Amino acid sequence: MLDVYLNQIVSGVLTGLVYGLSALGLSVIFGVCRIINFAHGEMMVVGMYLALMLFRWAGLDPLLSIPIVGGLLFAAGYALQGGLINRLIGVPEHMQFIMLAAIAIVIVSSCLMIFGPDLQNAPLSYAYDSYQIGPILVDKVKIMAGGAALAVAALLAAFFRWTYLGKAIRACGDNLTGAVVIGLNVKRLYALAFGIGAGCIGVAGCILLLLVDVQPYLATDYTLLAFVIVIVGGLGSLAGALIAGVLIGVSEAVAGLLVQPSLKSVFSFALLILVLLLRPQGLFGRQA
Amino acid sequence: MIRAWLAPIPPRARILLLIVLVLLLAAPWFVDTYVLSVLIIVLYVAYMGQAWNIMMGFAGLLSIGHALYFGIGAYTGAVLYMNFGVSPWIGMIAGGLLAAVAGAIIGALGFRFRITGVYFALLTIAFAEFARILMDNFAYTGASGGFFIKLGDPHAFDLWNLRGSPVMFYYLWLAFVIGALLLCRGLLSSRLGYFWLAIREDQEAAQALGINVFRYKMGAVVLSAALTAIGGVIYAFYNNNLFPATTFNVGRSVEMLLGATIGGVGTLMGPIVGAFILTPMGEGLTILVQPLQQGGLHLDGIKQVFYGLAVIAIVVFQRRGVWPWLARLFHLESRRDDRS
Repeated sequence: MLDVYLNQIVSGVLTGLVYGLSALGLSVIFGVCRIINFAHGEMMVVGMYLALMLFRWAGLDPLLSIPIVGGLLFAAGYALQGGLINRLIGVPEHMQFIMLAAIAIVIVSSCLMIFGPDLQNAPLSYAYDSYQIGPILVDKVKIMAGGAALAVAALLAAFFRWTYLGKAIRACGDNLTGAVVIGLNVKRLYALAFGIGAGCIGVAGCILLLLVDVQPYLATDYTLLAFVIVIVGGLGSLAGALIAGVLIGVSEAVAGLLVQPSLKSVFSFALLILVLLLRPQGLFGRQA
Repeated sequence: MIRAWLAPIPPRARILLLIVLVLLLAAPWFVDTYVLSVLIIVLYVAYMGQAWNIMMGFAGLLSIGHALYFGIGAYTGAVLYMNFGVSPWIGMIAGGLLAAVAGAIIGALGFRFRITGVYFALLTIAFAEFARILMDNFAYTGASGGFFIKLGDPHAFDLWNLRGSPVMFYYLWLAFVIGALLLCRGLLSSRLGYFWLAIREDQEAAQALGINVFRYKMGAVVLSAALTAIGGVIYAFYNNNLFPATTFNVGRSVEMLLGATIGGVGTLMGPIVGAFILTPMGEGLTILVQPLQQGGLHLDGIKQVFYGLAVIAIVVFQRRGVWPWLARLFHLESRRDDRS
């Protein structure tokens, strides 16, 4: 009995890392641009479809399409912030939120028109391989997905910590006025940050295609899931997003064993409500 | 009293209002069933927008969880009628009260814990999603399999049980839209309305002036929730089927704010004007692309794409909405003050 739980926990941790990576994208965009990206799940679904097309047309493994899809979503995010959202600086918060909800509707409906409403997947040759580690049986795809998510997250952390550009972007997020005063090109850095966030979401989409089938209407669920993770972890906290992603991944996996699988998200939303009420800066966030 | 209400409306706006009203009242006699069904959707969107607007437009509280109140109303009315034989009018009262309690709980939690802006919006989404998942597993109302209201005679006019023709529902929605308009008009020129606007513009200043911010914000949530639930009852009896996945989902909450946003958040006429612009254009587009669709293209989401693009255009170019712009253009704005 114990090994069933152990198996679920390991699988939850690995899936949670992918959730965490996707939530990192949301967190970067909020932390720097102060935009609540309500089109988050929709962008991720676009990433999944792009990876699926590359798999079908070029036979490319979704993990190998990471640079291409990440790059495309980076460009799309850069253009979106540069062209549209930068016009909204200083606009009331709710208008930005409504605008991103509108962008989300456009994306998800376009996906519906192009790809149809059916579940689709990338049938991989190693989809059913697994490793036996002691008492635990782990799927190969989950190990690859978790590993890839961790690697990309590490790259992102390194970029923000050690490069000049990464530091400049962080400066915009920490202190906008200060950033303007020292002569940073805030609008360009905002666009870059949005692009990086979007690219991160696209990469998470590629990786997620290893684990689940894609369908346009999944987008809303992913948006909400990412919100839960980011708020639980603390908006703007990169490590918090990863840890909270793992936390949510494990809680969903274990909840699937304890109660009906269809009830598993109840725990995530209950956690979200509790965190919003009791610790709005998140479990790992700084005091607002 | 009527004279006092009409006084701030310029004469040409009064005439326009009268013409529109007469046209709407006469519409069922000279439109076909399809156009009537579109008009019913228009009125539904207008009513929901009005209810949502009380929270966002008047008191400045962004809710993206109105599907919760809508669903509470719809399910309460349907269950009371099907399982207990209770009239939907009683259902509206019961559903409205239940939704008001739900709104009060969310509002009290949110305001006591000082959750503002987008965080408050996320809180409302979280509660609606919570309800959706619970209802998906609630066997009493059929869980995800849905809950159905027995069809009546489609030509009847049983107003007490809301079993009847589309024409009956058309007039019902029309009456509720007009009722909501009068209610909002009355509210805005009452103390409550002025307190709301003060809170919306600057909560701290309002508090400093001695306005009980908590109480009036609660008032807005409770009223908005109850009105939404009443609309939910009518919707349930018009459609005769309810599924948690479509009743409580985020998409429905977003749908409620589209019309009001296009028309003009915080204005009286905005939600109505927005509904009359958005819905017919979306439906028209669907008809226009039908030949293409028969040619083998999949264009099922084209209406939503249009709605989304329309909202983006409004946010970028005409932030206060179409109605304030129209009103300025044709000198229809109220003389007493500019409420946009």
